[in-house]
Order: sequence, then C-alpha cells, then structure tokens
Amino acid sequence: MRVRRLAAWTALPLAVTLGLAACGTGGGSGGASDPDAAVRIEIAEPQHLVPTNTNETSGSQVLSALFSPLVDYDEANKPHEVAADSITSSDNKAWTIKLKPGYTFHNGEKVTADNYLDAWNYGAYAPNGQNSSYFFEKIAGYDDLQGEKPKAKTLSGLKKVDDLTFTVTLTEPYVDFKTMLGYTAFYPLPEAAFSAPGVLAEGYEQAPIGQGPFKMKGNWQHDAKVEVEKYDAFPGQQPKVGGVEFRIYQQPTAAYADVLSDNLDVIKTIPTENLSTAATDLGDRFQQSPASSLQVLAFPTFQKEFSKPEVRKAISMAIDRDEITKSIFKDSQQPARSFVSPVVAGYRENTIGAAGSFDPAKAKAMYEAAGGPKKIELSYNGDGGHKDWIDATCNQLKANLGVECVGTAEPKFADLLTKLKQKQSVGLFRMGWVMDYPSMENYLGPLYSTNGSSNYYGYSNPEFDKLLAEGARAATQDEAVKKYQAAEDLLAQDMPVIPLRFGQNNFGHSTKVKNVHVDLFDRVDLLKIERA
Amino acid sequence: MLRFILRRLLQMVLAFFGTTLIVYALMFAGQGDPIQALAGERPVTAAQRAYLTEKYHLDATGVGGFFYRYLNYLGGLLRGDLGQSLTGRQIGDILAAAWPVTVKLAVIAMAVTILVGVTAGVIAGIRRAGVFDHATLVLTLLVLGIPTIVLAPLAQYFLGVRWPIFPPTAGAQPSLWALLLPGIVLGSLSLATALRLTRTSVSENLRADYVRTARSKGLVRRRIVGVHVLRNSLIPVVTFLGVELGNLMSGAIITEGVFNIPGVGFNLFRGIRTEDGPLVVGIVSVLVVVYLLSNLVVDVLYAVLDPRIRYE
Repeated sequence: MRVRRLAAWTALPLAVTLGLAACGTGGGSGGASDPDAAVRIEIAEPQHLVPTNTNETSGSQVLSALFSPLVDYDEANKPHEVAADSITSSDNKAWTIKLKPGYTFHNGEKVTADNYLDAWNYGAYAPNGQNSSYFFEKIAGYDDLQGEKPKAKTLSGLKKVDDLTFTVTLTEPYVDFKTMLGYTAFYPLPEAAFSAPGVLAEGYEQAPIGQGPFKMKGNWQHDAKVEVEKYDAFPGQQPKVGGVEFRIYQQPTAAYADVLSDNLDVIKTIPTENLSTAATDLGDRFQQSPASSLQVLAFPTFQKEFSKPEVRKAISMAIDRDEITKSIFKDSQQPARSFVSPVVAGYRENTIGAAGSFDPAKAKAMYEAAGGPKKIELSYNGDGGHKDWIDATCNQLKANLGVECVGTAEPKFADLLTKLKQKQSVGLFRMGWVMDYPSMENYLGPLYSTNGSSNYYGYSNPEFDKLLAEGARAATQDEAVKKYQAAEDLLAQDMPVIPLRFGQNNFGHSTKVKNVHVDLFDRVDLLKIERA
Repeated sequence: MLRFILRRLLQMVLAFFGTTLIVYALMFAGQGDPIQALAGERPVTAAQRAYLTEKYHLDATGVGGFFYRYLNYLGGLLRGDLGQSLTGRQIGDILAAAWPVTVKLAVIAMAVTILVGVTAGVIAGIRRAGVFDHATLVLTLLVLGIPTIVLAPLAQYFLGVRWPIFPPTAGAQPSLWALLLPGIVLGSLSLATALRLTRTSVSENLRADYVRTARSKGLVRRRIVGVHVLRNSLIPVVTFLGVELGNLMSGAIITEGVFNIPGVGFNLFRGIRTEDGPLVVGIVSVLVVVYLLSNLVVDVLYAVLDPRIRYE
C-alpha cells in the first residue's frame, strides 16, 4: 500500500514533465549538426533597420548580413573595395565610384548607381529625420537639404555617369572619404524600398531588401528575432553558414546563460559580472579582440578651477590606470595613454607623455603649485556600470592629491549632457567614444574641434582646428596622418580630457561554431563564422 | 449582484482615465531629454532632434504643453490608437505582442501558487507543529528572504546551465516547458505568502465553534476540512491572490529580463529607461485595468465563498 502510494507520487510529476516536454518540441531549437543550419547570434532590439537611420551596433549587425559595403577594412584597418570596383580621386574632392557588375538586390533588381544616389539623398534630406544624415555633410549641396523646408531634395554633389558609375563632389577635399564609405549609412537601397521618389515605402524596415550575402527570412520579429538566410545569387564571397538567426536579448546575462548551455552561438559582449568566470566557463571559446572605444574623464575647461593644463595633467598623473583596468575591469579593457585608439592608422603609444605615468609625488607637487581645487567632483551616468571605477579613481585622487573627491551619479547620460549644455557645474565627467569609421580624424574632429558635435568641455584651440582642416585637405593619407598627429600633440599639451582606457570586444561562443571574429564595429564577421 | 458589477465597471472607466492622467503627468514631469536617452551616448544631430521634436510634440512644455499633449494622447486613445513609441513602432502592436506571453507566465505562476501553496498550507495547518509544518515554515522563510533578483539568476544557473533540466531562457514564443522555470520563480514569492496565509487561516478555523459542532454531529473529518474549514479559510487567501495576479503581471520585470521573455515587464523597463512616455502610459493603463478586474473577481468570489456577504 505504501509503495503504491509512493509510486503514484513519483509518477505524477513525471507525467506532467513528459507532457510539458512534448508540448515544448515546437519551440525548441533543432540543434542537429547540419552545416547549413543557421547560427544564432545575440543582439539587442535594433532601433531601425534602414541603413541611413541605423547607428547602433545591433541594427548595423543585422544590416551587415543584408548588405555588402562599398569598402571593407583589412587587418591594418585600411579600406579595400568590396561592392565597389574602384574608388578614385585626383584631388580628394571629386571622387569617382565604379561599382562591380553582377550585384543584385534580393528581389532581383540589378544594383545600379541610382540605388546609391537614391539612398544617400534620402539619408541626407533633413525632413526624413535619419539618424546618420550627418555622414553626408561633406558632400556638396548638403546644406540645401537641411532645415524645415529645404531648398533641394537631392545632393548637388552626386552625379550619375552610367549604370555602374557615379561621382561624388565634396565641399572640401577630404582624404578619408574612401574610409568613410565602409559605414552602414552608405549602403544602397532598391527601387522597391521607395513608394514614391524620396519616400520610403511603409514596411520596408520590417523586411529590408539588400544586396548582401544574406536575405531576410520572414519579417523582423520585434523583441524576438531577425532571421536571414543565404542569398545564392550573391556574387561576392559566399558565407560558410546557411543562415543567421539574430536573437534579441534585453539583458546580456540571459544571453550568456544561453551560450553556456549551447542555446545560443555567439554573445558579442560578455557582461562584466561574468568576466571573472568567463575564462573557466568557456575556455578558449572566450575571446578578445580590439575595439574602437575610448573612455575618458573630461574637464569642463570653461570653469576657472580646471582652466590650467597643469591642474589637468596633475590629475591625470595621480590616476593609476593599470591598477584600475586590472582590478576593476579584469583586463577586459586596456589602459590608454593616447587620444586616438590603436585600431586606426596613425596611432602612437603614449602621446600624453609624462602625464600618463603614475607618479603621486610629482602629481601632488604640480597640483599644489598650479593651485588646483580642494574638492573634485566626478560625474557619471548611473545606468552604465561606471560606479566602481569612478569610486576607485576618486579614492586614488584623495590619497595622491590630498583633495576631497566625490562621485556623482546622474540617472542617464542624457541628464549629464543636459547639465553640461547649460554649463552647470558637474566637475569632471566621464565620456566614451566609439568611432564611426577608422580614421584619426574621427577621434579628433567631433571631440575637440571648436564646433565639434561632442565637444562638451568647451575646448577651443585655433591651432588645433587649423591642423585638422589641413589634415582633411592633405593630398595623401600619410600626409594627413602627420597633420593629425601634430594636432594630437597639441591635445597632449592642453589635456582637455584624460584618456583612461581603450575598449576590447570580450566575446564568447558555443561549442557549435568556430572561427568567430568580432570586428572594430562590434559586429560578428558573418563571412568567416562556421559550424563546428 | 448585477448592479454591483455594473457599478464597479463604471467606476473602472473613471479610474482608467484618472490613471492615464496621473501616469502621463508623472512621465511628463520626469522627462529629461528622451531624444538623447534614445541615442545613449552618441551625439544627436540637430536635424534628427528637430524631426523627433516635431513628430512627438516634445517642444510643448509647461502646463499648457502638458494638456495639449495629454489631450492629444487621449484623443488617440479614444480612436483606439495608443500612439507610437520613440522608435516609431505602434504601441498597440508592442502590447499585442507582449501581453500573451506575460499572461501565460502569470497563469503558470498562479497555478504553481495555488497548487503548491494552498495545498501545502492546508496540510501544514492540519498537522500544525508537525515535521511538515516546520519544514515548510523554514522553506518559505528562506524564499521570502531571497529577492527575485537573486533567486531568478540562481535558478537559471543551477536548473538551466549547471544541470540543464530547463532551457535557461524562454524567448519570444516559448513552449510551456520553457516557461515553467520562470513561472516557478515568479510564483515562489506569492507561493510562500499564500502558504503561510492558508496555514494560519486553516489552523485557526479548525478551532472554531462550527468545527466542534460539526465534529459532535459526527461528520467525517474529510468533509469538515474539505468543505467547511477550507471554504472559510480561503477568503483571505483569495483576497491575496487577486491582488497578486496584478502583481505577477506587472512585477515580472526582473524575471522577464533574466529569462529573456519579451513581455509587459520587459517593455515597461525599456519604456522607463528610454523615457518613452506613451509606451509607459499605455502599459500602466492596461495594468490598472487588470488590477481593477481582478479585484472585482475577488469581490464576487467573496460572495460565493461566504453566503453572509451580499452586495446591493
């Protein structure tokens, strides 16, 4: 009697379990080792899937499957042609772009010069409100497309020559223009994307048609996934997998748990809380590659107490970068002592010189001689996991400079920016920068030139602005780099910001894939990834 | 009874509009710079700012601006249009995709709570001070002491990754099996409370006069417990469960995040993070309706459980 009762008690949960498991087969992943099966890559919900409107990594990861760029970057991060046959210019002002023949959109349309012109005009036209429209600002006629009622609908600097050739005229010579063309904003759009000239068809974004190695499989399933499959008519290098499922996660920790149990193939950014165990959890499936990001502490140089470069240098010298990257970031980032990232041509190690070497005694003497403030405030956004390193930095400043130091959290980065724009006193503040395209200029112009889009520190140096302009107008890239380096040296003298850390991609993959590479733009290289 | 329900439904309409007003006002007052919040740390171009400002009337500020925007929203609402989120998606679509999975999760959590919590509570109440009673007391204390933010990742790690019994995440179209673990985690907190409530209630009622009368009448123990005691003991439990149903749906922010379930909590969290006023108002308004409905059901159930309670 007792035994029978016991059997009943064990049988009941078992039956329920089996019943549930049987229900579950529909949703589970196939998991067989089919070489053509889709690989599953983690992304966040993209904000948009229109090339000129996509400037975050999740969207550009998906678009990198659907589109083939005009240029891509080699190991040394120099551009080489992909969908373009040649990109040439004699004066860096008038550029001729020849397309490779044979490319077709996923709906069968042939790719022509018009597709590029239509897409770029759409992107530059201000009333369309495209996030990446500023990428076109160097092209002649951009200003006429701005404002509430623009004077023109198309860029005067874009001219079609024949079906596979078009010319781009810039307002000013720009030596890095070819480098820019690898960015997401410069993909073409098919005729099917437009319902009328210059009007994007409703619903295009739900299933974008591109000319890349993969085509959409069904629609974008918001908050769930985007599936793509191999496009057989793609004339370029064919991918080694049959398709990709971009699975949408809100929290990276959930994605990490899925990678550990082979439910997901690639996680592009291992969450900080898992970094210390990632090496043991994943073994050699935990990998690192250089990324373009740069973390800095910036000075409001418009405030009197921080106006002296000596004060700024002394603070830099009082921070032990190596210790913080090691103990707080577990070597997931690298200490930085330059204003440009090692991933761009022209990078030099340790351009900030003595200000980058940790020397508490000298820092304190210098700080006191220059009359630095007795109290330092470090502002940061509380939603980005910055508290630990800000507190550590504060402690170092307290110990090494003998000042009071507090970390102040703003809820979001936007709140910090609002205060800065109103020139409210926030003390030193943290900033991060991710490049748009691999060029030194991209680390200098927007951040430190007088009218730079992200110059929140009020830094203005006419000499610096002049060098940057000369660099952009230089005849060759090598000459440009020389000018940019001279400009960087000026920054090292003035120290408007303290470079702290260069980013790295810390990614991991399941046992089911191999050859996983994450590029400078935090995208998985879909042409290299393979099933294991 | 019917009049009572009708009256409550009418009150509900008022409560609904009241909440939208309050939530809209709160979101409006707390709004910093939603355009920058959407862009994160990337710079926002002037053209993009102008475009979004015009599209969402973000330049309408102050009291006049508030009423302009709120009435605009209300007008859309009456036409069945919940508006657009800042990324241009229809909020109606977002909610339509998010609700089914959240409801599924809440139903599983509720089922777990009722099946395990009430059953174990009755047993513990009958065998008061026994081994089972003590064991459940310690266990529930433990569960009540661990917040979901700890419990959910622990359950995921041990039952999903270490010993892969359950899939570690559920995803957007989860099977019942994949939702079971998040459901248990979500339900565990209310399970513990329900268990303790039932236990106390049952053990108290067991000493009531009517039980003694029933026993002296010679009724079998099973009937005394199953019909008389249970029915009377369930009143506080039902009150609790009714409120909890609303909690389960809105309070699943952590659980849905950990198990990657794109439900209501998941979207609410995103809405708050990106200062997406219309999205938050839309979700909260529907949540209010859920709360009001579940409270109505509770009130009706009172009358069913206890004939002494009447509504007129």
